[in-house]
This record gives sequence, structure tokens and C-alpha cells, in this order.
Amino acid sequence: MATMDEIDRRIINALQGGFPICPAPYAKAAETIGISQDELLQRLTRLCADGLLSRFGPMYHAEKLGGALTLAAMSVPEERFEEVAEQVNGHREVAHNYAREHHLNMWFVLATEQPSQIDELIAEIEAETGLAVFNMPKREEFFIGLRFEA
Amino acid sequence: MIEIDDKNHQLLAVLADGLPLVPRPYAEIGGQLALSEAEVIARLRHLLETGIIRRLGLIVRHHELGYRANAMAVWDVPDDAVDALGAELADFPFVTLCYRRRRQLPHWPYNLFAMVHGKARARVLAQIGQLNDQVGLRQRPHQVLFSNKRYKQDAARFGGGLAKAG
Repeated sequence: MATMDEIDRRIINALQGGFPICPAPYAKAAETIGISQDELLQRLTRLCADGLLSRFGPMYHAEKLGGALTLAAMSVPEERFEEVAEQVNGHREVAHNYAREHHLNMWFVLATEQPSQIDELIAEIEAETGLAVFNMPKREEFFIGLRFEA
Repeated sequence: MIEIDDKNHQLLAVLADGLPLVPRPYAEIGGQLALSEAEVIARLRHLLETGIIRRLGLIVRHHELGYRANAMAVWDVPDDAVDALGAELADFPFVTLCYRRRRQLPHWPYNLFAMVHGKARARVLAQIGQLNDQVGLRQRPHQVLFSNKRYKQDAARFGGGLAKAG
């Protein structure tokens, strides 16, 4: 794991949202953290390069952009797991894919430009793998904070 | 769906890979789109107010931050109670995501999902125990699914790289 110091932690804890929208936003954010703009930019560049940050930018609302997201799961025989993971991840619409401890042992998020494409994609994955895909679309969102303390 | 004009589409596409790490990032983006800095700022404020951009800031790779005990807790609760229970779960600081999802009977009876991301499995299990006790879910059919390997973590992409969503 890449190393973080106290200032890195302050940056990560302070900037997971609410980034200023003004001409010099890094200067403003740096001030609240208590460092200089240059130091903030250098540290953000390093944290991205070290892979601690996925990116510095926006998180979009898929449905409001006309897209669709869903969570799907499969029951994959252990000996085929790597092969099936490759088949599933080969689709660029697969955003996340995690192995989980359950008979439904592969869980992945699908993101498509059009809602109708979700069913088509699931049918494709089923045809490629010969395995059933269970689609569990969101019905209601109670909380999407997804913030992490460093 | 909210109508989005072409300039906003272009703006979202340019932003998707991240805000430039330079002192005047909105001016730099404007330069790529033939927009002034002030126009970029006005458009971004509007996109945030309308919720098309959920939030602007840094997106962590939680696994790299040491969050390796990541559990999806699920419950089967009556449909007429799920909204109230979901709202209660969402109030716990350690719940990172909480959704109602479609059941897949008979294979999957659970309709209430909460994610708890933590650094130690024992602590995450204790936190889920706290949810069961304090929200009154212990008697409901439930399961905890830890993730034991990440096979992919990308941003969702729309429009051939138009947008990243969550």
C-alpha cells in the first residue's frame, strides 16, 4: 500500500465532495486544509499516481443522464471463476466486479447508455457463459454517501 | 431524464476523466470547449444543483486505503416497511450505501441492501450486528456477503466516455 501522511489524510477526508466551483478552487480548498495551493496540487497528483485516488472529478447521476445502472449476480463454479470473470469484465459496461462469499459468488455492476441495453447485455453474458444472471435493479436509493475516512 | 444541451454533454465528457490539476481548472476546461471560465462555472453549478453531477471531489480507491473488509448486508423485509427501514439504516455513519432492490425469487429473497466498508472483518460484523439490534432486523431473514476479491473497479461510462456515474 502506498504511504500517506497526516496531510494526505486531511486532504482525502476533506475533499470527497463539495469541491469549490470558483476561479481558483484549489487555492480555496487548500486554505481550508491549511496548506498552499501548490502543495495541494502536488499531493493530489501524487495520490492519483500512487493509485490511492481513482480520480479527482465528478460523480455523475446515471439515470438523470439517460443511462441505467444495475447490480447483477451469478453462481459460478469455482473452477470456472477466473474464466467467467474475464468473459464478464470483457464488456466495457461492467463497472465493478467482486467475488463474494455466497452461492451467488460473482457480483457486478452494469452501466449502460440506455435502459433497454441492460437486458440485452445480460442475455449476452448468459449466452457467453452458459450461466444464469440474476438482475437486481435499484428500486429506491436511501443513501449513496460512499465516503471513506483515510 | 433532464435535457442536456450539447455544450453540457461536451463539458461532462471533458470532466469525466477528472478535473485538471492546475490553478485555474475551469478556465482550462473552457479553453477546450470555447467557453469562458465564467460560463463553465455557471454550467457546473447548474449541473450540481440539478443533481446530474452528484458530487465533485476526489474519488478514492477504497481498497488501497485499507478498506478490505467490505460487506454487503441484505435483508428480506416486507415491502410496506422497506422505506422506513432503509432510511433508518442510512443514518448509521458506517453504512456507505443503502438501496432497495428487486428480489429474484426463489433464488434471492432479499430486497434491502446496505454496504459496510471496513478495515477489519470482526468490526464490520459487529457493526452489522448493531444494525440488526438497533433497527430491529435480527428476526428478518438476512445474510452478510463479504467480498474476497475485486476483479474490476472502473467508473461507469456513458456515451463512449461521456460520463462517469455512481
